[in-house]
Amino acid sequence: MKLQEIKDLLKAEVICGEDHLDIEIEFAGGSDLMSDVLAFSKPGILLLTGLSNVQSVRTADFIEAKGIIYVRGKMPDANGIEMAKTLGIPILSTKHMMYKTCGILYGSGLPGVSDIEKTE
Amino acid sequence: MKDSENELSKHYTIASADFSRAGQVSTQIKELLQEIGITSSIIRRAVIATYEAEMNVVMYAEEAELFLTVNPEKIHIRIEDKGQGITDINLAMQEGFSTATDEMREMGFGAGMGLPNIKRNADKFNISSIPGKGTSVDIIFCLNQRENY
Repeated sequence: MKLQEIKDLLKAEVICGEDHLDIEIEFAGGSDLMSDVLAFSKPGILLLTGLSNVQSVRTADFIEAKGIIYVRGKMPDANGIEMAKTLGIPILSTKHMMYKTCGILYGSGLPGVSDIEKTE
Repeated sequence: MKDSENELSKHYTIASADFSRAGQVSTQIKELLQEIGITSSIIRRAVIATYEAEMNVVMYAEEAELFLTVNPEKIHIRIEDKGQGITDINLAMQEGFSTATDEMREMGFGAGMGLPNIKRNADKFNISSIPGKGTSVDIIFCLNQRENY
């Protein structure tokens, strides 16, 4: 599924990375706890989170996420956005809450991280 | 940074309680490992482990020194912190055990996953602590798969 399609499904706003909307997203995972994200993620994940501090961007970089969707209309501060631009990580923000965001994407055929067999 | 023909070593300082800058050392180490051509899957494990350790310092210690050594056989990351230390290491290694404050949890950390996650990502992990003095961790990643650590 293209990031553009995800943007449309979630009626999301692109915070940065407009030129990344044609990338292919294979799976996603959601959590507000970066400790959990660091433990369960796999390279290439689309990270869904309500945690909008700069650590969410750092975590996305370290886990090799393809992008971040902030739920509940959240978005990082200027430092976080600048970091994401530098790292080439697209950021979108949707007004939907976490449960609905996950439901829309999973119901549209985007698997969860636990559905993916991926060797690191 | 000290370099010899077969070994690179570098020293970093991690400051405590600075959440906004937390992770900067891990970013520097990631960039360095990429520059010297380490396999991306090993870099990912090394950086996740380093980041967890760095967050532990920021959350719980007063300050810490990080020593990075890379040679053809391994990446060795040693972190020595000064601080409260850990009274019961076995308990601290259990997933979900945490003494984090609300502020730490609001930052997305403090779920009791840090130390287990470091161990899970490392090829070899050792931790020692003196309550009231500080904690040291050694995190090792094998670069030569035939080497048996």
